[in-house]
Amino acid sequence: MENDNRTILICRGTGCESSKSPDIQKALEDQLEGSDVEVKFTGCHGMCQQGPIVIVEPEDTFYAKVKTKDVAKIVNQHINEDKVVERLVYKDPTTKERINTYHDIPFYSRQKRLVLRNCGKIDPEDIEDSLAAGTYQGLKKALDMTPELIVSEIKDSGLRGRGGGGFSTGMKWGFCQSADGDPKYVLCNADEGDPGAFMDRSVLEGDPHAVLEGMIIAAFAIGARQGFIYCRAEYPLAIKRLQIAIDQAREKGFLGENILDSGFNFDIDIFHGAGAFVCGEETALITSIEGNRGMPRSRPPYPANAGLYGKPTLLNNVKTYANVPLIITNGSGWFADIGTEKSKGTAVFALTGKIANSGLIEVPMGVTLREVIYDIGGGVLNGKKFKAVQTGGPSGGCLPESFLDTPVDYDSLIEAGSMMGSGGMVVLDEDTCMVDVARYFLDFTEKESCGKCVPCRLGTKQMLTILEDIVEGRGKPGDIERLEEIARGVKLGSLCGLGQTAPNPVLTTLRYFRDEYEAHIHDHACPAKQCKEFITFHIMDSCVGCGLCRKNCPVEAISGEQKELHTLDQDICIQCGVCYEVCPPKVFSIEIRTGEERPVKEAA
Amino acid sequence: MEKSLETIVTDIEGRRENIIPILQKVQEEFTYLPEHLMAEIAKFTNVPASDIYGVATFYAQFRFTPTGKNIVSVCRGTACHVRGAPRIFEELIDQVGLEDEGTTEDMEYTVETVACVGCCALAPVLTINEEVHGDLTKQKVRKLIRAKGDENGE
Repeated sequence: MENDNRTILICRGTGCESSKSPDIQKALEDQLEGSDVEVKFTGCHGMCQQGPIVIVEPEDTFYAKVKTKDVAKIVNQHINEDKVVERLVYKDPTTKERINTYHDIPFYSRQKRLVLRNCGKIDPEDIEDSLAAGTYQGLKKALDMTPELIVSEIKDSGLRGRGGGGFSTGMKWGFCQSADGDPKYVLCNADEGDPGAFMDRSVLEGDPHAVLEGMIIAAFAIGARQGFIYCRAEYPLAIKRLQIAIDQAREKGFLGENILDSGFNFDIDIFHGAGAFVCGEETALITSIEGNRGMPRSRPPYPANAGLYGKPTLLNNVKTYANVPLIITNGSGWFADIGTEKSKGTAVFALTGKIANSGLIEVPMGVTLREVIYDIGGGVLNGKKFKAVQTGGPSGGCLPESFLDTPVDYDSLIEAGSMMGSGGMVVLDEDTCMVDVARYFLDFTEKESCGKCVPCRLGTKQMLTILEDIVEGRGKPGDIERLEEIARGVKLGSLCGLGQTAPNPVLTTLRYFRDEYEAHIHDHACPAKQCKEFITFHIMDSCVGCGLCRKNCPVEAISGEQKELHTLDQDICIQCGVCYEVCPPKVFSIEIRTGEERPVKEAA
Repeated sequence: MEKSLETIVTDIEGRRENIIPILQKVQEEFTYLPEHLMAEIAKFTNVPASDIYGVATFYAQFRFTPTGKNIVSVCRGTACHVRGAPRIFEELIDQVGLEDEGTTEDMEYTVETVACVGCCALAPVLTINEEVHGDLTKQKVRKLIRAKGDENGE
């Protein structure tokens, strides 16, 4: 193969950077110096678990978990001798089969990547690469359209807000377009605060120009001159790449005065969010940009009429904007053909938790949870049994196995008691305690509640206290009913989305996993064997006396001679689980039991 | 000599909507928000000091005490939680000699938890001075801290 056709792509998303992908890029550049092979870096491919990822084009070879010392092999064998380096090729975690080419990997072949169209393909810090991929074509077309026509195209496409609420984007744009007031503002919500979600981060890091293009089109449609991207300070790489993209877009005349000689002026600045989950709520985000505590206010008036500094303001999520250029370029009909009747286009999920293939995926709306988890995700990690899938983050819920055939779309998920959210999807297995999951989310919302309204501030606190009591062995009859009563109150009485949805994780786990709550309260047992208060560790007769557990036990509860059966003193054990962690998988002699009497320890 | 506010915030105007960027700039300089500068920020922006404190205490990013040489943040995102983040946190504070989040007496480490680093596929995750470390076990945490200690000892 002629090397001047060859390009080597190195992923430099946050995940791959953490596993030293910049060093790999450096090594490749050094070793290929003077050759015709192009070496470039890209944003996230979505399969972070297999990182660092290196792709050789045009063959489409997918190398996973590459180390710096592997670079010489790739250069000598693949580039110089045209032979694929088998041992570095992606290995399917479930079938153990090696798959040479990128697009044959089931994780990718079943996806439909619209929002993520350029992520992993282009150099996000080079606008020329974005332009070659077709970015800003939508803007050129939009500038020849009337603002009214743009809004009706967005309306006809059926696009709904990708931040989770699912309100019609076209209607929102329409309200803002017809609102009186000057100046108008366009805001992008990149305050991705959901724990377990990194969709927006990956788009910003991998294809920042797509978001800018969507915002510029929106600004032209509603008549705005200034835009802000509200991005979490916890995403330093995203902020850096966005800033580079903004500077390059200004140089090329896509931002600033008289954009592409159309007479239209618009510019974008980044606002660094300072870490408050509630700022994902639109009125709180606006209040925060104005320099205040980010607390929500009641609506109406809606931001479309009175938003930033009291002026008409359009606020959309990162992924919503990234969809816009595609709709303008390809037409609303094309977009409306993808997805279901009421949910058009695709859904982007951060698929994580106890799943074989963790990562960022994009599927057409309407595929089932089962297809996402088993066909793309490769099923539950380590062959464990599936227990539940959590979508929608702290606002969503946990759905059990019987709901796996639920189609992924806004309305079906709400009907099931969960919600789409902005796209976190966490798979839970048999070792996950559902009461602990509910406690975990409540702990989060209780901390993040801004404190403005009483139902949320005190309701989340009370629910959390009850949940803590249950997982720590102080649960009593009546707790479940009390939880349900408070949850209803918080749902009905809270001012903003944070409070209104905070009880969802509790309500769905109660609805589908009530038996686990009851086991904690009545039987003093944790069926998942996770809650420390309810478990005891035991060494079984299969112990070979290797001594690992004895050496690692922090409280010296384990004793025994080398190569002889060890014993564990329940009076000393603190249930830290180290013995379980270090016991060699072949031996597997530590058993966890639940629901048994345990020696009562004196308070320290 | 302690730096004055004007030398830190050179390119930001003293207006209410700039309070958060100003606080971020000051914290970047000192690793925390020193008390004597809070009053100066109030004067500079013409906003009551109580409001400045109100804003600063609302957001998780801001701190009022100096940090240690190394800032270790344990992710408490959902994916990390179900894959054992609480145990990672326990091991970490045990290794550096803390009871909970905070800074060690020798000012070597500040340990904190963060909502989500966004590296869920590598869960459980922690960051040391913005460098991400994933797929953690208790043993890996011990190694990381030992390596940091050696590095600092040199």
